[in-house]
Amino acid sequence: MTSAVPNSAGASETTASRGRVGDSPLRPDGLLKVTGAFAYASDLSRDDMLWGATLRSPHPHARIVAIDTAPALAVPGVHAVLTAADVPGENAVGLEHLDQPALAEGVVRYQGEAVALVAAEHPETARRAAARIVVEYEELPAVTDPRRALEPGAALVHPARRDAGGNLVREVRMRRGDPAPTAPVVVALDFEVGMQDQAFLGPESGLAVPGADGGVDLHVATQWLHVDQRQVCHVLGLPPGKVRLHLAGVGGAFGGREDLSMHAHACLLALRTGRPVKMSYSREESFFGHVHRHPAWLRYEFGAERDGTLVYARADILFDGGAYASSTGAVVGNGGSLGLGPYRIPNVHVDARGVYTNNPPCGAMRGFGCVQAAFAHEALMDELADAVGVDPVEIRARNGMREGDTNITGQVIDSAAPVAELIRIVRDMPLPPGSPPEPDLRELPGGVGNTTHGEGVVRGIGYAVTYKNVGFSEGYDDYSTARVRLEVSAGEPVATVHTAAAEVGQGLITVEQQIARTELGVERVVVQQADTTVGSAGSTSASRQTYVTGGAVKAACEAVRDTVLARAAGMLQRAAADLRLDGDKIVDVSGEVLTGVADVLGDEAVEETLEWRHRPTAPLDEETGAGDAHVQFAFSAHRAVVDVDVELGLVKVVALDTAQDVGRAVNPDAVLGQIQGGSAQGMGLALMEEVVVTDGRVRNPSFTDYLIPTILDTPPMRIEVLEYADPHAPYGVRGVGEPPTISSGPAVAAAIRAATGKALRRVPVRPEHITGA
Amino acid sequence: MRITLTVNGTRREVDGVWEGESLLYALRERMGLPGSKNACEQGECGSCTVYLDGLPVCSCLVAAGQADGREVTTVEGLSADGELRPVQQAFLACGAVQCGFCTPGLIVSTHDLLERNPQPSDPEIREALAGNLCRCTGYEKIMDAVRLASRAQERAS
Repeated sequence: MTSAVPNSAGASETTASRGRVGDSPLRPDGLLKVTGAFAYASDLSRDDMLWGATLRSPHPHARIVAIDTAPALAVPGVHAVLTAADVPGENAVGLEHLDQPALAEGVVRYQGEAVALVAAEHPETARRAAARIVVEYEELPAVTDPRRALEPGAALVHPARRDAGGNLVREVRMRRGDPAPTAPVVVALDFEVGMQDQAFLGPESGLAVPGADGGVDLHVATQWLHVDQRQVCHVLGLPPGKVRLHLAGVGGAFGGREDLSMHAHACLLALRTGRPVKMSYSREESFFGHVHRHPAWLRYEFGAERDGTLVYARADILFDGGAYASSTGAVVGNGGSLGLGPYRIPNVHVDARGVYTNNPPCGAMRGFGCVQAAFAHEALMDELADAVGVDPVEIRARNGMREGDTNITGQVIDSAAPVAELIRIVRDMPLPPGSPPEPDLRELPGGVGNTTHGEGVVRGIGYAVTYKNVGFSEGYDDYSTARVRLEVSAGEPVATVHTAAAEVGQGLITVEQQIARTELGVERVVVQQADTTVGSAGSTSASRQTYVTGGAVKAACEAVRDTVLARAAGMLQRAAADLRLDGDKIVDVSGEVLTGVADVLGDEAVEETLEWRHRPTAPLDEETGAGDAHVQFAFSAHRAVVDVDVELGLVKVVALDTAQDVGRAVNPDAVLGQIQGGSAQGMGLALMEEVVVTDGRVRNPSFTDYLIPTILDTPPMRIEVLEYADPHAPYGVRGVGEPPTISSGPAVAAAIRAATGKALRRVPVRPEHITGA
Repeated sequence: MRITLTVNGTRREVDGVWEGESLLYALRERMGLPGSKNACEQGECGSCTVYLDGLPVCSCLVAAGQADGREVTTVEGLSADGELRPVQQAFLACGAVQCGFCTPGLIVSTHDLLERNPQPSDPEIREALAGNLCRCTGYEKIMDAVRLASRAQERAS
C-alpha cells in the first residue's frame, strides 16, 4: 500500500527500482528540469524567428465597425498584421462546437477576445505595434449575469442560435424514481462557486515554423495534439499532412490547454511572413488566453429518513459558459450525471444547464463539473447530519455508494466503491497537535503579518467525499494510439514507444516506460517526443492517460511480444505460450535461458501500432438522463483541519488528509504527487482563488491579484492510497488526478463552517464572509 | 545598449539590449540561458530566481542594464561543473519535480536557504520558499526535497 506521512523526512524518497509497473523510477525528464535544460514551449527559438503578439478586445460585447492596421504596419520591425480578413480557411474553432472565431469577425463577445495579430522582430515591438492598431467598436448590451441569460428578451450572445437554444449551450435532466417524493427530514441550500483559473505556470507558448511544402510545423504546449491539429487545419485551410504538431515542453495544464490559444495565430503569422514565429503569453494575457473553471450557482435539496438515509435529492445547477462553448456541454453532462455525489439516492430530480454569456469563456479544469457540485452536496450533507443528529463521517458512510449499487443514471458501479471505508480512514488518521502556548507565527492564520498570537483563533474539522468519472463519457469514441518497436542495439534490446499523448508534468512518460519494461522485459525504453506522425492519444485530461494511453502502450507491447515469441517459438521448436522475454534473453516458464533476443531479432525491428479503446459508454437519455454514460468511477475522501482567526476572517489550513482508491498504483510516487497537487488546487478554490469578473471584465488578471496557494498556505498532508483493482482496466488502474481536487475544497469549507458556525454558501470563502453578520 | 556582466563565471558582453528589457529576457533570449523561467514576470512566482552578486532576486524585476558590471548565477550555473548540487539531487530523488516550470527558481531559492541556514526548521523552509509558486506538487515533496538536501549537505560537510 502507498501512503505518505508528512514531516517524516524522506518518506517518499524514491528508492532504486527496476522501473516496472508498481515501482517508482525517477522520471526521465527530471535531470533536465533540475538543471534548467528542459526545453519548454516558451524556451524555443530560431535565429530568424519573429515574435507574435495579439490585440484583444477591451469590451465584453461590441460590434467591430472598422479596423485600421496601417499604424501598426508602419512600425519599424513589424512584418505582418493580420485580422479575420486574413484567415485563409474557415474562421471557426472549438472543442465541441465550432462557435469561436480564430480572430474576431464583426463582433467581439468577451473582454480579451483576439482581434488582430502582429509579427515583429522583438516581442516589445510586436506588443507596441498591436497597441497602435485602431479598432473602432460600437459597444453592445452584454449578458453578464448567467442567471438571467435564459430570460425572455435577454440579449443573445450568438444571435444565429435564436431558434437553436438561444443562450442555452446544453441542458441535462436526471429523472429517477418517484417524481414527487416526500421525506420526514428535508434540508436545502443555495450555493455559489466562483471562477477558478488553472494557473499553470508555463505560459501559453509555441513556435510555428513554415515548411517548404507550404505547410507548417507547430511546436506547442498542449494537452491534445490531434484536436489542436484538426482546428488549426480548419483555420488554415490545409490538410493534416501540412499541419504537423509537435509537443513542446509543457509547464502544467490542468484543463487550461485543451482549447486553442496561440496555435492558429502563430501558424497564420508564420505562413504569412515565411519565417518562424514564436508566441508566448505574459501572465496577464494568459488569464485572457485560456478558458477557466465555470462559475456555478447550485440549489440543492435532500429528503431523508430520520436516521439520515437519503430518500430523494433535487438539484438545479447553472454553469456560466461564457462567450464560447468550449467543453461546456461535457461539463454540464458531468454536473448533471455526477453532481449528487457518491451516494445511494433512490429518487432524483436534477436539472443542469450551461449558458452563453459575455463573460470569459469557461471550459475544462481538473474536476470538470464535479468540483462545483461537490461544494453543494457536501455542504448539504453536513446540514443533513446536523438535522438528524448523526456525525458527518457516519452520514456519509451510511449513504455512500458500494460496489454493485446503481448511480443516478442507472449505471451499476461494477468495481470498488469504498466510500464508507475512505471517509472512516481519514477520520481515524491522527489529528495535528493543538497550537502550543507560544505558537510560531508562520503556523497561525495571518502568518508573519503578526495579526494574532493565537487569540481569537478557533479550530475546525471538516469532511468531504467525492466520485468522478475517468475518461471521456456519454458514448464518446475515446481511444489512444501507441507505436512500439523492439530492436537490438549494441547487443541490448531497446524498446521505443511513440504516442501523441501529452506529458504535462504528471509523469506519463515514466509510466509508458514502466509499462514497456513490464511487458517486454527490457531495461532500456526510449519514449519518442509526442507528435502528430502517430495517431491520436486523446486528451491528457479526465484522469485518463494512464488508463487509455497506458492501455494502448500495453496492448502494442503485447503485440510486439507475441510476434517476437512466435518467431522464437519457430526457431526453438517450442510453443510460444511457454516462452517469456527477460532482459536480453528468451526464457521458458521456469526461467531457463533458451536463446537471446538478439538471436531472434537479428538486425530486424519488430514494430506494432494499434489503437486501444476502453469499454464503450452510452449517451444520457434526453428525458431521464439514464444511461451507462461513464467508463469508470474514482473515489476519494478528505479531512481538513483549519485554524480560523474569527475576528479577522483569516484561515490557516493545518492539515489536509486524504484517502483515495487508485485501483492499482502504476507509479506510487507519482500517484502521491497527483493527490498532493490536486488537494492543494481544491483548497485554493475554497480559500482564495477567484477570477473576479465585474460587468464582463476581469479585475485581477495577475498573480499579484489572483492568488494560488504558496508553500506557507499549504499544510502537511497524510495520504492513504487504496488499491482495489478495477477488473475492467489495464493493470486494474483507476484514474487518479482529479478526485483530490474535488473533495479537498469542500472539506476545507466544512472545517471553516465547523470553526465559525457560519453557513458559508459561497467559495472562495472571503474574510468578510467569516466576520460578517 | 551594451551590457557587460559575469554570468555563471563567464564574462559576457551583450549588445543591442533595449533599455526596457529585464535581466530575465536578456538571459533567456540574448544569452542562451532559458533555464530561468517566465511564469509571471512581476515578481510573484519566483520562477526566474537567480543570484545577483550573491543575493537571490527575481530576474524579471531587474532591468538588464542594472546587471551591468555585476555577477549573475543562474540555475544553469549551479551545476556548471557537470555535478548536480545536493539540492538538485534531492529534488530529483524526492519526486519534487512534476511539470518542472517552478523548479529552477526553487532550486536557486533552496540553494540560497541552505547556504544561509543549513538546517532549517519546517516553518523556516516554508517562509523561505513562500515566494516560489508551484502549481503541480502541493509542496509536500518539495518539503521532502529540502529536508533531504539539508541532511545530504550536513553529511557531506
